[in-house]
Amino acid sequence: MLERLLTNYEATAAVILFCIGFSTMMLNKNLIKKIIGMDIMDTAVYLLLASLGYIAGRKAPIVVDGVQSVEAYINPIPAGLVLTGIVVSVSVSALMLALSVRLYYRYHTLNLDEIVMLAGKEEV
Amino acid sequence: MQLVQNFPFACILLTLICAVITSVLGGGAARKMTLFVIGAVTVMTACVMVYTLETGDSYVYLMGHFPAPWGNEIRAGALETVMMLVFCLVILFSFLGGLGRSILQIEASKYNIYCIMVDLTLLSLLALVYTNDLFTGYVFIEINTLAAAGLVMIRQNGKSLVAAVRYMIMNLLGSSLFLIGVVLLYAITGHLLMQNLHESIAVLAASGEYRVPLTMAVALMTVGLSMKSALFPFDTWLPGAYSNSTPTASAILSSIVSKGYIFLLIKVYCRVFGFDVVVSLGVCDVLFVFGAIGMVMGSINAMRAKTVRMMIAYSSVAQIGYIYLALGMASPAGVLCALWHVAAHAATKSMLFISSAELDEASGGTHLRADLRGGFYRSPLAASAFALGGANLVGIPMLGVFMTKLMLSQAAIDAGGKHMVAALIVLAVSTLLNAQYFLGTAVDLFTPRHDGKAVVRTRPQALTAAGIAGFIALNLVLGFFAKDILAALAAGLARFA
Repeated sequence: MLERLLTNYEATAAVILFCIGFSTMMLNKNLIKKIIGMDIMDTAVYLLLASLGYIAGRKAPIVVDGVQSVEAYINPIPAGLVLTGIVVSVSVSALMLALSVRLYYRYHTLNLDEIVMLAGKEEV
Repeated sequence: MQLVQNFPFACILLTLICAVITSVLGGGAARKMTLFVIGAVTVMTACVMVYTLETGDSYVYLMGHFPAPWGNEIRAGALETVMMLVFCLVILFSFLGGLGRSILQIEASKYNIYCIMVDLTLLSLLALVYTNDLFTGYVFIEINTLAAAGLVMIRQNGKSLVAAVRYMIMNLLGSSLFLIGVVLLYAITGHLLMQNLHESIAVLAASGEYRVPLTMAVALMTVGLSMKSALFPFDTWLPGAYSNSTPTASAILSSIVSKGYIFLLIKVYCRVFGFDVVVSLGVCDVLFVFGAIGMVMGSINAMRAKTVRMMIAYSSVAQIGYIYLALGMASPAGVLCALWHVAAHAATKSMLFISSAELDEASGGTHLRADLRGGFYRSPLAASAFALGGANLVGIPMLGVFMTKLMLSQAAIDAGGKHMVAALIVLAVSTLLNAQYFLGTAVDLFTPRHDGKAVVRTRPQALTAAGIAGFIALNLVLGFFAKDILAALAAGLARFA
């Protein structure tokens, strides 16, 4: 078991990171910490994805010195997917931060429990 | 290639371009632009639907110049086009029906942003329904989430902002789980296009290789999309999001956003894994249990709700339970039933949200169920639509949801054993609970008040009335022509794999 975890150390690290991010997002009451947790969670998935595309001993898929053999390069698709994922993740973080700013101006706290309580007292 | 075959891609492109243009328009122009986009997409979708029904076949459209397995594809068949047409009509009538209220509730300088969110919701829905690529599915899931969060928070009051935060947290978690599922599948197959994935997974399932990663992938995608579509117990974000946004937003969220995810889940089951493989991995039993609990718990919460919108919101949890229960039957008949309920519920729930907003307005801006008594005499059209929607969800014959209950019962009887007993009991209990709160409210609407106050009849704005009338027509068409529509869905489903 331990040997398997060590062999697939990138995947192990990704799972540990995901758990850290998940617990931070779900258990922390502070909105900013929740967003940090969410970003850690996303990063864990990108680590897993990037590690899948890496092939030991090969180079980044940019043709140099006329070498066009597929065997010379790593798989470029996971890197492309990670880039797309990062764009999505940045947009989501930006929206969540904008929301947090709005809520902070309104309720002067970042504690979600307090915000929910204060909002519950408001008339729509 | 015929011209009509380009329409699904043209719909996606047109919606995207119009969303960008809308960002520099004023409120009125943005409204007209959005109406134009929804109308144009509806017409084009209807054309593609006629084409796919006439040819009886589906087709794959290449996005760019790279063929499989490198390029990106969309696929259009009878199933996609029929569902998409229902979704387009629901968005059109929701936008029209909630127009008056949205102008009042949304800050004038932000109105074009609201229109962009509607455009982006339509865009992401088109992509989710038509895409043939799993990673594209993930990207548009996120776009859908962002657009829906924008719709939730557009009123900019405290409750809607909090609802948006809750919505985002649960939905982002769901998206991440879905993405891990996609990554796992890519790791074991090396493909992202659904057709290639399906072929590789069929080989793996036959050989018994990678059974644990396959189970994990299907479980993660199921949990991720269940969270996003508010299957019990992941429904904590739903009541706040549905009840604090504008009527159009509530209607779109309940009918379109959550249903888009369910459609994608069915697509993943049938086109990526193959439904037999999903059944063999034991996922359907879990869906059956949570669907059944959701059907009862959603209805119990709806009964306890004090406001009409909260009641309708909780009723969505129960109705989503129906869809997952049908999937949990682990049979093609169950999948067809789930697809039918996606369409029938989308048409009904949006009508309930729009008509209840109009009834609230006619009753002096109230939100309480008790204050709607005699609503028919103040707003006959909205009250009739509400009563029709309520009767539909209870399962009155000749209406859409009756077919769901009939098909669900038949699928349960075919399944036999514990599934049959459990499903029939839950169905009976859920129907009784539905009848209690929906028919109770409908009866209240037709019971005159005896408080001595004069009845003031309000006339809805022309566009609002058009939206509500459109909903009534759509629900009646779904009810009266259920057999034909089901035949088209069944034909599409048969070619889905």
